[in-house]
Amino acid sequence: MIELKNVHKRFGHHVVLDGVDFTVADGETVALLGPSGTGKSVLLKHIIGLLRPDVGDVLVDGESVPGLKRRALTKLRTRIGYAFQTGALFDSMTVYENIRLGITDETCYGDRDFCRARVKECLRLVNLSEDVGRLMPAELSGGMRKRVGIARAIAGRPTYLLYDEPTSGLDPVNADAMDALIERFQKELHVTSVVVSHDVRGSFKIADRIALLHNGRIRAVGTAEEFMAAKDSVVRAFLERDLEVAAEG
Amino acid sequence: MDPQLTTTAELPLPVNAARAVSRPVLGALGTVGRFGMLLLELVRALPEWRVWVPRALEQCEQVGYGSLLIVLLTSAFAGAVASLQAGYQFTGNIPLYVVGAIVSESVILELGPVMTGLLLAGRIGARYAAELGTMRVTEQVDALESLGRNPASHLLLPRVIAGLVMLPALVALADATGILSGWVVAKSSIHITNADYAYGTHRYFRTFDLWYSVIKAEAFGAVVTVIPCFVGYEAKEGAEGVGRATTTAVVAACVVILLLDMLLAKLLL
Repeated sequence: MIELKNVHKRFGHHVVLDGVDFTVADGETVALLGPSGTGKSVLLKHIIGLLRPDVGDVLVDGESVPGLKRRALTKLRTRIGYAFQTGALFDSMTVYENIRLGITDETCYGDRDFCRARVKECLRLVNLSEDVGRLMPAELSGGMRKRVGIARAIAGRPTYLLYDEPTSGLDPVNADAMDALIERFQKELHVTSVVVSHDVRGSFKIADRIALLHNGRIRAVGTAEEFMAAKDSVVRAFLERDLEVAAEG
Repeated sequence: MDPQLTTTAELPLPVNAARAVSRPVLGALGTVGRFGMLLLELVRALPEWRVWVPRALEQCEQVGYGSLLIVLLTSAFAGAVASLQAGYQFTGNIPLYVVGAIVSESVILELGPVMTGLLLAGRIGARYAAELGTMRVTEQVDALESLGRNPASHLLLPRVIAGLVMLPALVALADATGILSGWVVAKSSIHITNADYAYGTHRYFRTFDLWYSVIKAEAFGAVVTVIPCFVGYEAKEGAEGVGRATTTAVVAACVVILLLDMLLAKLLL
C-alpha cells in the first residue's frame, strides 16, 4: 500500500506540492491526472525516494520512505519498478544490458542464463522481439524506448509499478497499445500501479481509480464513473477538453 | 503587513544588504557540503568492487590509451621547446651539459605533470562532465537509483579510479618523451654530445624528483576526475545546463591544477 500524508514540496520559491494526501491500495491501478507542471512526476519520485518531502510523509508498505536508511531504501526500491517518461535508458549500454540492470536480485543478476531468459521474457511482455536486445537505445523509436523502459522496470519482478506519462508523445495506436500493456501487467503480474498521465481517455480505460492533481493538491479522487459525474468546475474543465477531442475524433 | 506581499524594495537597507551577502555565501557553503558528500559517497562505494572494477578498467582504457597520443605529442614538443630555449640562453655562457639538467628537471618537475594534467582536464574532464550531466538531465541517474543501484559505484568511482591510476602512468611517459625529445633537439641545434646531455641529466637529478612528479600526477588525476564528476552530476536545466557544467568543469579543474602546482611546490620542494 502506498500512502502520501500531507506532502509538501517546493523548489526555491515555487511550491509544487502543497499538502498532498493520496492512497493506493494493494493490487489497485490509480491514474494520476493533471495539467503539465502540476507536480505529478515530482509526486511519483517521492514514492520511490528520489525526492524527499519538505513536510509530510510517504509510506510504502507501512515504511516511511523519507526516513529509510540507505540500505533499507535500496531494498525498498527493488520492490518498485519506475518507468520513466522518456525511458531514461542508459545510452552506453545495449537494450539487453539495460533490462538486465533491472534485475535487482544480485544472485540472479550474476547468473547469465537466468538473465538471458529474464530479459527475453521482459521483452516478450512488452511486445518486443528478442533481437531488440542487441540494439543501442539510440537506434530505438520513442515508443520502443518507452517499452524497453517498462521492460527494465518489470525485470526485477516488482510489487509496485510507477509509470511516468507512459503514453505521452505516442500516436493514438501506440498509446492504445501501451494502455493495453498496462492492463495486461495488472492482470498477469498483479502489481499495484500508479500511472501519471494527462490522457483522460486512456486513464479511464486502465485505472481502478483516478486522482486529479491541481495547484499542488489532490482535487478529486474516484472511479471513472464518479469522475464523469463530478460537478467540480476544475474536474469538468479538465475532462471536457480531452473528451471533446476524443468525441470529435 | 502580509509577509507574502513584502518586496525587497520595501525592506530596510541592512536587511537587503545582509540578503545580498548571505545568498552567495550560503550557496558556496552548500556547494562545499555537497562536494564533501560526494567524496564520502566515493569512499562508501569502495567495498562494491565487483561493480566498479570492471567499469574502472573500461575507463582506464579511455583515459590512458585514448589520451596517449596527444600526451606524447605535447610532451615531445614541450621537451623540444625547453631544449631550444635553454640552448638559446646558455650557449657560450655556461657549460652545455647544463641544458640536459634544465630540460630533464623542468620536464620532470613541471612540464610533464602540469601539461598532462591540463590536457586531461580538457579531454577527460569535459567528457566526464558532459556524460554525467547528460545522464543527470535525461534522468538516467534517477533511473539507476530507482533500480536500487548506487551511482557512486556505477558511475563516479570507476572514473576517479581511472584518473588516479592512469595519470601517473601518462606523466611517466610524458617525462620520458620530453627528456628524449629535448635530447634530440639539443643535439641538432646546439650540437651537445650524448655524454654531456646524459651527464647534465644525472648531475642535478634526485630520486625524489620522480616521486614529486608522481605525487603531482596523483593529485592532478584526482582533480581532473573528481571536479568534472561533481559538476556534471549536479547539472540541471537541459542542454544549456550540460554545456555550462562542461565549461565550469574544465575551467575549475585547470585553475585547481595550477593552484595545486604552486601549493605542492611550496610544501614538497
